[in-house]
This record gives sequence, C-alpha cells and structure tokens, in this order.
Amino acid sequence: MTNTLSKSDRIKAGLTRRYRAEKRFRLYGIAAIAIAITFLAVMLTAIGVRGVGAFQQTHVSLSVTFDEQMIQDNNWQAIVKKSMRETFPDVTARKAKRSLYKLMSSGAGYDLQAMYRDDPTLMGQTRQVWLTASDDIDMLMKGAIDRSVVEDDRRVTDRELAWVDYWIANDAIELQFNWRFFTGSDSREPELAGILGAFTGSLLSLTVCFLLSFPIGIMTAIYLEEFAPKNRWTDLIEVNINNLAAVPSIVFGLLGLAVFLNFFMLPRSAPLVGGMVLALMTLPTIIIAARAALRAVPPSIREAAFGIGASKIQTVVHHVLPLAMPGMLTGTIIGMAQALGESAPLLMIGMVAFIVDIPGSFTDPATALPVQIYLWADSPERAFSERTAAAILVLVGFLITMNLVAVILRKKFERRW
Amino acid sequence: MHITPSRRAKKAVEAVIKGILIASSTVAILTTVGIVASLLFESLRFFSEIPLTDFLFGLEWSPQTAIRADQVGASGSFGAIPLFVGTLLISTIALIVAAPIGLFAAIYLAEYAHPKVRSWVKPVLEILAGIPTVVYGFFAALVVAPWLRGGGEAVGFDVSSESALAVGLVMGIMIIPLISSLSDDVINAVPQTMRDGSFGLGATKSETIRSVVLPAALPGIMGGMLLAASRAIGETMIVVMAAGLSANLTANPLQAVTTVTVQIVTLLTGDQEFDSAKTLAAFALGLMLFFTTLFLNVVALRIVKKYREQYD
Repeated sequence: MTNTLSKSDRIKAGLTRRYRAEKRFRLYGIAAIAIAITFLAVMLTAIGVRGVGAFQQTHVSLSVTFDEQMIQDNNWQAIVKKSMRETFPDVTARKAKRSLYKLMSSGAGYDLQAMYRDDPTLMGQTRQVWLTASDDIDMLMKGAIDRSVVEDDRRVTDRELAWVDYWIANDAIELQFNWRFFTGSDSREPELAGILGAFTGSLLSLTVCFLLSFPIGIMTAIYLEEFAPKNRWTDLIEVNINNLAAVPSIVFGLLGLAVFLNFFMLPRSAPLVGGMVLALMTLPTIIIAARAALRAVPPSIREAAFGIGASKIQTVVHHVLPLAMPGMLTGTIIGMAQALGESAPLLMIGMVAFIVDIPGSFTDPATALPVQIYLWADSPERAFSERTAAAILVLVGFLITMNLVAVILRKKFERRW
Repeated sequence: MHITPSRRAKKAVEAVIKGILIASSTVAILTTVGIVASLLFESLRFFSEIPLTDFLFGLEWSPQTAIRADQVGASGSFGAIPLFVGTLLISTIALIVAAPIGLFAAIYLAEYAHPKVRSWVKPVLEILAGIPTVVYGFFAALVVAPWLRGGGEAVGFDVSSESALAVGLVMGIMIIPLISSLSDDVINAVPQTMRDGSFGLGATKSETIRSVVLPAALPGIMGGMLLAASRAIGETMIVVMAAGLSANLTANPLQAVTTVTVQIVTLLTGDQEFDSAKTLAAFALGLMLFFTTLFLNVVALRIVKKYREQYD
C-alpha cells in the first residue's frame, strides 16, 4: 500500500504522526507537574481540613459557686461537679453522676483555679462561667461523632446526648477559640494538650543548633574558599562535606546517642544534645551555601583591599565577609528550617518522651514540634488526630515563613557585579 | 610607627585566627570519623555476640528482650534479610513513582515551559522538598493507607493498612523535587548547539529531546536517581509512621513490610539496657545503612562530576 503513495504523501502522513507524538510528549510533562502539584494541594487541604477544628474548643457555660471549703481543700474539680449536679438535679444514681461528670474536662478545675488566682474576691460567690468540655463532647459538637450510629458503637451515650442537647437548647455550649492549644503543653487529655512545650523545646534546640553551626559553618567556608591550599587534605574535607550532606538523618541520631549520650554522658532528652545533633546535620548545608556566597564576591574587591595594604584576614573580615553575609544568612535560614522539621535524629537521643512541663533550660527534658506531631499521630483518640493536623499547620506555617524570609533576603541583597 | 617590625601583634593574632578557621573545618572530618567509629565500635560488639553471616543472610528477624539471662531463645534472632527486602521494596515503589514524574517535570520545565511558568512551578515543587517528613508520614498513615485499603476492598484485594504501596507512593512524591531539580540542572547543561544540530536535521522538539538531549544527559540523570534512591533508603519518619513493625519477608506491595530505619527506631526508643544485643543490633543496622547510602552517594557524585567536565 505504501508504495502507491507518493513521497510527499508519506512525509505528510509521517508528519501528522510525529506532531501527534510531539503533543503527547508535551502532555506527559504537563501531567507530571500537575500530578505533583495536585498531590501537594490534596495533602495540604486534607491536613488543613482536619486540623482547623483544633483551633476551637467546646466550652460549656456553668453556674459555679466558689465554695470556700473546696477551695481550701484545693479540690477545684469538686466545684465543677457540684455545679453540674445543680444543673441536672434529677441525676441521682452513682453511675449516672459519674457519666455526667465525664462531660467536662478534668481541666475545667484548672480553669476555675486560674480565675480565682486572678481575682481572689470570687471566694464564696456564684458566677456563670465558660469551662472546657471533654474531648468526646468536643468531637460531638464538631460533628465528628455521628448521632445516627447505634448507641453501643458511639463514644457518647444517648443519656449524654440528652444533657448536651439541653445545653444546646439553652445556648450554654459553644465553640470558643482554643487558647490552650497555644499555651499548654502535652497532656493525656486531648482537650488539654497544647504545643507550647514542644515549641519551646524546638526553640531551645534550634538556638543551640544555630550557635554551633553558624560560626563553625562560616569559618569552614572561609577557610576552604579563601585560605586553603589545594591539596589532599582540603580535597578530603570537600568530599566529606558533600557526603555528609547526603547521610540519612537517623545516622546522626545514632552518632549523638553513641558519642554525646553514652560517651560524654550528656543528659538524655535534652535540647542541648538535640541542638548539637541538629548542628552536625545542618553544617553541610550552611557550608555549601556560605561557600557559594563567598565565591560570588568578585576578586576585584579583594585585590583593592590588598592594594591598600590590608592583610589577608583584614581583607576577608572587613570586605569579603560583609558582602557575602546576606547569602550566608539565607543559607543558614534554610538550614534552620530543615532542622526545625527534622525528627528522626531526635528520636534516637530520647527527645520523644511524654513531657508535661514546659522546658526552662537547655538541659531540661524536652521534645520538639515535629516529634510532638509524631507522638500525637500515634494516639488513638479522634481528638488527637485533629490536634496533630493543627500542629502540622503551625509547623508548616513556621517553615513557610522562614523560607519566605530567606527568599526576601536574597531578593533584597542580591547584587550583580 | 604602625609599621615597625616589632609590632607583630597582628601577625600573631592572624595566626591564631587562621588556626581557628582550620580547626573548624576539621569538624566535618571529625563528624564522619565519629559516625564511622561509633557505628563500627558498637557493631563489633554486636557481631561478637551474633555472627556476621547470621545477620547478613538470616531470614528471620525477631529481636527479643530477655527477661532472665537463662531464658530460652533469649538472644532472639537477628537475620536482617527481611528488613533489607522491605527497605528495597518500599524504595523501589518510591522510585517507580518519582522517576517518571520527576524526569518529565524536569524535561517540561527545561525545554518547554515559558520562563514565567518555570519561575512559578519550580518553587512550588521545592515546597514538596521542604515539607517535614513527619507530615508525609501522617498523611500516609491517616489518609493514603486507609484510602488504598478501602479501594482494595472494593475491587477484591486484601490490602494491609500498613501496606508498602501506601508508604512507597507517598515517599515517591517526597523525592520528586530531588529528581526533577537535579535532572533539570543536567538537561540545562547540555549545550544548545547539540539541539540546534538536531533541529537542523528536521527533528521535532520531542525527537530532539529523546534522541539527543536525554542520551547526553543520561549519566547526570542516573546520578540524580541514585541520590534519590539513597534518600529513599535512609528515610525514617514516613516509614516509622506508616509502615509495619513486624518483619515480613515478602515482595507483595499490598502487605506490610518493615524497614531498616523502622527497626533502628523501635530498637532504640524506650528504655533498655544499652549492652543488650537488641540495642547493639540497631547500630549494626545503622552501619549497613550508612555504608549503603555512602556508596550510592559517592557513585552518584562521581557520575555527576565526570559528566559535567565533558561540556565545560
């Protein structure tokens, strides 16, 4: 058949085929990018939708009496219980009472205690106050517990539903901004859990990490770019740095465990050790960025400085370094962002414990924000999954801010020589 | 007065400063030495209890803690093959996902995309690389795995809720930017004259890319793939959160497998005696991990470097 076609016809037929192939090829490229971006969008939306609820928390309005005796006994929860009995006077059976008390969080007493601390004149008075509800009621109010499910398969019983409905009818239950999520630290009760403890831990670790990796990284870069002779030793350092940049982060954790904890006997779970491990990990990133920044400074600057009699160190410190600083800072911020999101090495050195106190120093037991996410993700309660997602939102928010700052710095100080 | 030879303070100070600079540059070396030394030291202690061949070729992995020293089976079994297979399975899935997507994205960005599109898409892809791996782990465990399980049930497959497929898929997405940015670099490094020659012979753009640009960039692309593989093998949080815990020797991506990094984390979190074979095993696994990734990195960096010199 093909023989009967003229040459130009054959070429034309071939061309259509080839153009179609061209179009297809182009489409593959677009599809690849679309897949990657869609995945990113789906992931962020899925986490956003899950997490946004945790920024609100269900509160119940109760009329409480600040009973003098109970305050002296320091039994704040008893005040809450008494008020609940008064709200539902028909509940008398022991079992029913217990399930009634379960509607409120065990942290409701702390709410009262804080109120009393701020205003001691409350003693003996009766006030209408908003108190934290338990996580099950919180989930119910947010629609995460399905009322149509059979009672046995539901975490909230029909009786509890009736109580909640009574509150709803009287406008005595509502979602309020969840301050505790930002001011509290870890807790077994999801409604009391917050990220401040983990965030402080991250902040302390990052401080140590910065104080170590920034000066060491910059000095290494200066040495390698400005002073080092080209020999085997400096080649070895270079190869080393490139390889360290690609070593799995968990290996740095093993190093920290074997050297810092077992050999130097530094405390476990401490932000000090966490920061040291993270510093070793971010060092290659900072060195590579700092070297690029030094290389971008034109030789004419150095020659001019030498020309008026500056020594090598003076040239570098007074002229080259200030010009390279924005680039170095950009690299450092990106390195810090990496360190903030890193959790694997921290698991190795014990920063993975359940810690209720907010760490106050570099040697206090602490955890870090990404590790807190890992811990919460493991918890079975539905309310914790919501908080995990919310903590992720906070973490990603910080990372995006850090990267944006880096981009803006680069844009602002970028120079073309 | 300032330049009399007797005023040598500057010289002394500068020598000290230079000394400090040299000292700080050795930190990188010390880190590597520290890693190798600590891993080797603890691993040797492990291999004095468990023979190396049992570890490398054993088919059963069940590290147990002995409650009493004379307990039966107190030493547990430390055959690491199921872990290696599990790691390989998940990394392979990740690469199968990431390699084509990353490569095509790079080709499109380097050869077709308008500079404006490029300047927007590139940073967006970089976001994928900047998201912490716990986030991917959370997403894999709470969204992708249940979804795959439900989908599998609907078509009659029994998918584990910790399936290697879910983990590999998510990990693949994570390494897309690594492959795309490295491939993008090498594709851009192919000289324009080679493309012009191909166009001059009447080839279309895609034909030029397929038969001229890609073969020229192949070594660099392979280097990028190796780096991505090394990243996938060493990845920890995604697998810890979404992959299985029990060692399961299988090549079925629908089942749960465990990996080297998962075992390191489970062996070392929690309070144990530091001398037991169980905790030392983690260091032996770490040693394997370190040398495997080091080997991949060295080969990859060498390929990339060698390739670059050709056109400079």
